[in-house]
Amino acid sequence: MSISIPSKDVKIELKKVHKRFGKKIVLHDLSLTIPKGKSLVVIGGSGSGKSVMLKCILGIIRPEKGSIKVDGKDVTRLSGSDREKILTKFGMLFQNAALFDSLPVWENVAFGLIQGRHMKRKDAKEIAMEKLGRVGLTSEVGDLYPAELSGGMQKRVGLARAIATDPEIIFFDEPTTGLDPIMADVINDLIVDSVRDLGATALSITHDMASARKIADYMAMIYKGEIIWAGTREEVDNSGNEYVDQFIHGRADGPIQMDILKP
Amino acid sequence: MNPLAIIGNVVITTVNETGRLSLFTWTAIAHIVRPPLYWRLIGQQMMRIGYFSLPVVALTSFFTGGVLALQIYYGGDQFNSESIVATIVALGITRELGPVLGGLMVAGRASAAIAAELGTMRVTEQIDALTTLATNPFKYLVVPRVVAAVITLPALVFVGDVIGIFGGFVVGTQSLDFNSGVYVKNTVDFLDTDDITSGLIKSSIFGFIIAVMGCYQGFHSKGGAQGVGRATTNAVVTSSILILAANYVMTSLFFSS
Repeated sequence: MSISIPSKDVKIELKKVHKRFGKKIVLHDLSLTIPKGKSLVVIGGSGSGKSVMLKCILGIIRPEKGSIKVDGKDVTRLSGSDREKILTKFGMLFQNAALFDSLPVWENVAFGLIQGRHMKRKDAKEIAMEKLGRVGLTSEVGDLYPAELSGGMQKRVGLARAIATDPEIIFFDEPTTGLDPIMADVINDLIVDSVRDLGATALSITHDMASARKIADYMAMIYKGEIIWAGTREEVDNSGNEYVDQFIHGRADGPIQMDILKP
Repeated sequence: MNPLAIIGNVVITTVNETGRLSLFTWTAIAHIVRPPLYWRLIGQQMMRIGYFSLPVVALTSFFTGGVLALQIYYGGDQFNSESIVATIVALGITRELGPVLGGLMVAGRASAAIAAELGTMRVTEQIDALTTLATNPFKYLVVPRVVAAVITLPALVFVGDVIGIFGGFVVGTQSLDFNSGVYVKNTVDFLDTDDITSGLIKSSIFGFIIAVMGCYQGFHSKGGAQGVGRATTNAVVTSSILILAANYVMTSLFFSS
């Protein structure tokens, strides 16, 4: 299921993407379009295929079938320098920040500038410090190592790293997981501000509905590797889809059954 | 379970693993010969793999040289031992014991460290993060470690050779009452350049094995802390076995004629 938008406004398009690990089908002919300059949030339970979908777009995992187009160019079979070139368009905030623990914070933020864009370290450090300031961190934090930071600070450093290269596309993988509600809202605000300031296209995956409502222009729901519903943020409460209704209201009863052992 | 199924499973797993390792090694070599190289990272890895392994290799070599001198003296012809001990210690250390023991020591230290570091990076998505930052993980993580190990292992083993021969000299002159001048003369007279270079070529290959196995196991680790632990153990075990096997092959190639 796709959001109906004119083709010239499509930034990323997934068509019938299929991925399996052994016998388990993780993505089942998944189709999704992501509008240019908008924020799309994909909601769905654990194990529904959200992270695999992101990794397929980034080329970390290669799907068996289907096409993934970025700016109209099929990226599913790209390798080497062609892939690296496409990846310069992307920034990503990982679920657990995935900061390089052997590097100080400023070098984490500047990494994409130094390695990906071959910028001088001194210039890259200046930009890194500016980006840290944008996510509310002082320049002293720049010289610390990731292990010395709290979870919320690590997330903010991860966000600074994601926006450091002024990417056209930003992915957010469970941006608020593991944070207290106040810090989660701070991160949500930073995401909204960063995406708006950069004019970037954002794709987020989450099962935190408060976060989804705050950062989304559009929402889609993934279930068992398929997009079962897509629409605007306002439409999600009247989707007419019983799976979406059960998920957004967090009900145990409904068509989505959890695989748990009952006594 | 059906015994045939067990055998089939083992064969499939072995072939699968060999294929993956071959592909990994080939990709590493392809990235080594294709610029650019991260020289700053290669320098860092040379310090970690080479310089910081120096104490353990030096101690191992010193005591091995000493023990070798004692064993040759007690086990051989004690009346003619002054020339034999010096010669066999020098040949034994430079041709075999220096590179093999040096390789095994570095395998235990560096291969484990590489597997643990890369394994942790894998399970905490740091390797995926590298990809999203338009940086090839092979070029950034694997190549510097492999190049550093291939360069530093021969240097490390050369120092180990000198210290090992010195260990034999100390035991020979202090414990067995050999004349120091005669000991040095016998060592120099019987030691050929080929003895030293064959050991250094071997150690370079061992360096390659150590780094590739450490990187391979780390890159393919999964399952959290337990997976990283398993990768570390596998890196040490597989690199040690491959070092011993490669040593046999190279010895038969170098000295068969």
